[in-house]
Formats: sequence, C-alpha cells, structure tokens
Amino acid sequence: MPTALIQTRDLLKIYRVGDTEVRALDGVTMQITTGDFVAVMGPSGSGKSTFMNVLGCLDRPSGGEYLLDGRPVANLTDDALAEVRNRSVGFVFQNFNLLPRTSALENVELPLVYAGVAARERNLRAAEMIAKVGLAARGHHQPAQLSGGQQQRVAIARALVTRPKLILADEPTGALDSRTSLEIMALLQELNRTGMTVVIVTHENDIARFARRVLRFRDGRVVADEANPPLDAALMFAEEPVHA
Amino acid sequence: MNLYALLRVALRALAINKLRSLLTMLGIIIGVGAVIVMIAVGSGAQARVEEQIRSLGSNLLLILSGATTSGGVRMGFGSNLTLTEDDAAAIPREIPEVTAAPALRGSAQIVWGNQNWSTVIFGVTPEYLEVRQWEIAAGRRFDATDMAGAAKVCLIGQTVARQLFGGVDPVGQSIRVRRVPFTVVGVLEGKGQSMMGSDQDDLVIMPISTARKRVLGAANLAKQRSVGTIWVKVPEGNDMKAAEEQVRALLRQRHRLQPGQDDDFSLRNLEEVAAAQEASSRVLALLLAAVASVSLVVGGIGIMNIMLVSVTERTREIGLRRAVGARTRDILGQFLVEAVTLSLIGGLAGIALGVGAAFGIARIAGWRIVLSPEAVVLAVAFAFAIGVFFGFYPARKAARLNPVEALRFE
Repeated sequence: MPTALIQTRDLLKIYRVGDTEVRALDGVTMQITTGDFVAVMGPSGSGKSTFMNVLGCLDRPSGGEYLLDGRPVANLTDDALAEVRNRSVGFVFQNFNLLPRTSALENVELPLVYAGVAARERNLRAAEMIAKVGLAARGHHQPAQLSGGQQQRVAIARALVTRPKLILADEPTGALDSRTSLEIMALLQELNRTGMTVVIVTHENDIARFARRVLRFRDGRVVADEANPPLDAALMFAEEPVHA
Repeated sequence: MNLYALLRVALRALAINKLRSLLTMLGIIIGVGAVIVMIAVGSGAQARVEEQIRSLGSNLLLILSGATTSGGVRMGFGSNLTLTEDDAAAIPREIPEVTAAPALRGSAQIVWGNQNWSTVIFGVTPEYLEVRQWEIAAGRRFDATDMAGAAKVCLIGQTVARQLFGGVDPVGQSIRVRRVPFTVVGVLEGKGQSMMGSDQDDLVIMPISTARKRVLGAANLAKQRSVGTIWVKVPEGNDMKAAEEQVRALLRQRHRLQPGQDDDFSLRNLEEVAAAQEASSRVLALLLAAVASVSLVVGGIGIMNIMLVSVTERTREIGLRRAVGARTRDILGQFLVEAVTLSLIGGLAGIALGVGAAFGIARIAGWRIVLSPEAVVLAVAFAFAIGVFFGFYPARKAARLNPVEALRFE
C-alpha cells in the first residue's frame, strides 16, 4: 500500500489586491502518494503556481492543512521551511535559474552548501548527480556554455543532490524546443520509475501526457483529477525524426 | 553557511564586477587614507607641542619681579626687581618638597678669538639646571664652590657654541663676556624652539654671584640680592594650585603686603599654559581626523548604494538560494560579508595610501608626522564598522525578499 507523501485539506491562499480579495487557492483537498507522477494543469490564474509554491514550502497557505511526508508544515517558521525545502524538495524551474559564471558542478553543489555538507562530500555527490543526468563531461562548463536542455539537466541534478522525496517542476519544458522537451520528460520519467515522486506544472497537454495522473485547476479549486496512462517519453524521443 | 564559504561567494561576486567594486572601494581607500594622513599630521603637531612643553621643564611655577611706574609710565614685569635671592631661599624652607631657582637675566656681547655674538646671560644657582631640566652635552656643571668664589666659569647653549666656535670644542676655551674673561666649562644639550618660537639654546649660563659682581651687577648695585625671576619646581603628583597659593602667601608676607594691596610680583603656573597649548593642539588633531572621517562616511554611502544595486540585480539568485534551502540569515550574511569585504579591502589599500602619503608629506613639506599603530587599527576598525553599518540595510533587504516573488522577478 503506497503511503501519502502529500496530503492537503481545505488549503486556502488569499491575496489582497487593494480592496478585492483574490482566492488563489480556494479549498484544495487532495493527496499524492509516494512514487506518483502528477501533472498540474489549468489556465493562467487558476492557482496552479500558487499550489506548487505551497507544496514546495516556498509559500505558506492562508488556511487549511498540509502534511508533507506525514509532517504538518503549514505553520512552520521561515528557517524550518528553508530546511524542509533543502532536505525534502527539489525544484526545477522553467528558466533553469542556474547561477551565472559558476560551473555546473558548483551549481549542483549549492543546496549541499546550505545543508552544511563538507566540501569533499559535496564534490563527490555533485559529480555523481552530474553523471546521473548524463553531463559528466560538462561538469566544469558554465551555464552560458551549455544548451538549454543541458542547463535543465544541471538544474535537475541540483534538485536531486540532497536526495529529496519530491521533485517539483514548474513548466520544466517551457523554455525548450519539443525535441529537448522530450529528453527532459524522459529524464523525469526515469527518475519516477526509480521511485521519485514528481509533480510538474504545465499548461501543455503534450507534456501532461507523460504523467500518471492529471490534476486540473480552475479558480483555485481542483476541478478534475484523472488517472492517465503515461506515454513513454524516451520511446518517443527515439522515434522523433532528427531535424537537420 | 560558514564564514569561509560566505567569503568565497563574496569575493566571486566582487570579481564579476571588477571595475564597479574598485570604484566603490575607492571611496573607502580615500577615506581611510585621509584619516591616516590627518591623524599622522595631527599627532605630529601634538608631539611637537608636547616636546616644547617638556623642554620647558614640568610642574613649574614662574615668579616674575614687579613692574615700576616712573613718571606715570608703567614698565613691564621685571623692571623693578622686587624679588631677591633670599625670597628664593625662603621658598623651599617654608614650603616642603619644592625647589626654587632664582635667575638674573641680562644680555651681553660675547667674544672668542675674532668671533663675537650677542646673547642672553643668565646668572643662576646650581638648582636652575635641575629645575629647567638642562642636561649637559659636554664638560661639567658648575657647583657650590664656583658659586661661593664667584668663579668666572660659564655654560653655553648649542646656538652659542655653533655661532662662536663653529666646529671647535668649546669646553676649556676662554671667552670674553663684556670684556671679562670666562672659562667655558660645559655645553648644554639642545632644547630647540620654545612654545613662543624663540631659540632656547641661544644663552650663556653662569653662577649668579659671578653674574652680579662681574657682568650684570653695575645697574643693580643698590639691590645687591635682587633677581628678575624665580623658578619653582613642584614635585610630580603635588597639587600645583595649592603650591601656587602657598608661594603667593609666602611672598606677600615676606614683602609685607597688606590685604587688598596688589602683588608686587607676578606668579604664573606654566602647567596651565602647557595644558592650554596641549588642549588646542589636541582639538586640532581631532578636527583633522573628523574632517577626514567625513570622506570615510561618504565612501560608506557609496558601498550602500552599490550593494542596493547588487541586491536588485541578483533578486532571482536570492530567490533561487532561498528555494534550495538558504535561510534568511544565510542571505543576510552573504550580502553583509560582501559589503564588509569591500570596505576591508578598501581599508587595507587605504592604509597603504595613507602611510605613503604621510611619508610623502613629511618629506616634501618637512612636517613632523607620527604614525601610530593605534591610528592604523582605528582606521581599519572604522572601515569595518562602515561596511557593517552601510551593508546592513541592503543585506536585510535581500534577506527579507519573499522567495516566490524573488524567483518571479524579471
């Protein structure tokens, strides 16, 4: 019986813009089991990004409950949230967010610096992760010397380096062409097959097809929760004609 | 994140914008340099004043004879020699622990071979040398025997030695003072300029008995024992004010002055004069340092300015660092260390500049400078404090950024 990694009940997030109240999350109750691959979809303004930020402990909900790995995290202090982000969550962003003029290896090391890991072990673990995403030869390259797909791989290695339970990817293929997108999705699927829980936010149906489960948001609520027979991105990548 | 890791991050960030970092540091470099130069010049001036005060002798009271009035014209102090050697002798007898040295002053033309020089003649007792802290550079002092016999011996100052003898050793030579032959038994150590700017080394000192009988006596025959000045030395640690009052009371009693009648002498506490001089030179030094530290503050504002720009430029980086687990204090530390690194490197470069400039001034303008390690430490500490003070606001701004908004920042 798979356990629930994420459990939310009546999650609320309310912003005040002038006099009007914006309910970015309006009572979200759901759970995600360990090892799942979930795509969160919805039009812009539907609350999917807010949902992602709350799941990643970047943002606190205005109300409701959130258990991450059985631990209530909705009301933790800033420092405690920082530790949760460091240990339990790996973020992947649309625009990669790598530090410029800093080698791929050092970018991957960054979360370990904040975890207080000694320099030797940091180097070893960063090298291991860089190899895992297939960039062993490019560890000393700076982001500007890497392609978009390679940069996103470095970012995924950075998300994995603290051995988190959850990967949160916000439009991870938004800045990539369709072929490179397949490559990145194949990597995420591969991680998922080894037991990693993956949640991606996307507005592209083509990308959501690779998930096992699709959550659709509208006006801060989950309006659809569908199981999805996932396509195999690696297979599609292999079949994709290479454009000259 | 430990300090070493923070320092590495800071140095890397500063290295990315080398020119900008250098220009920002320039404010601190100039500020620290200016503070060091100004403190060096200020303490140089102070040291000069202190030296002059020391050359006068410490803990001194100076008693001047009274003034005469002749046909309605009032003459200056010393024109009427109201003080006597007996007054001088009475002072240490009545007031324990003090030393009194009477002095008779006059001027004379002195001659050695075909050289001549006009100088000041002091007729004194052996205590005078001790009270005024005159040291002997060559030869000997005169003693009680010379005093008693009104021996024709004298000590000469460095200026007289130079003017009259050139390179010749004056000790044992015979000079003529107002045509009276004297043997030079010793040469005094140099004291340099007085606080008022006169040359203290341009003098001849001889026993007061000799001076009265053979050189300066003619005008004062009627008052066989009178003197122009009496110097009183009070031991270190005694109350100068109390000693001053005791001396005043004693002299008034000896001169049979009625209550209400003016003193027929003038009593000066040189300690007060020295203290005033010292205070004014200290104020000057402080003022110089204060003006210089204004430029250090301006440099600090430059650091704050550039750190604010840097925080804005790196908003996304801050968001990312927060997302991967940086706590607010990690971000605060990162930007604070960056600001302090700027100010400390600037401070160290400023020391080099300041020390170089201070030596340059000493060489070119010939001013006296005093470079103290305290001033250097103070300047660096000040630079450090400037870095912390002006770096704190931008660093706090960075630490308080909302991670979600920081990540979304374009």
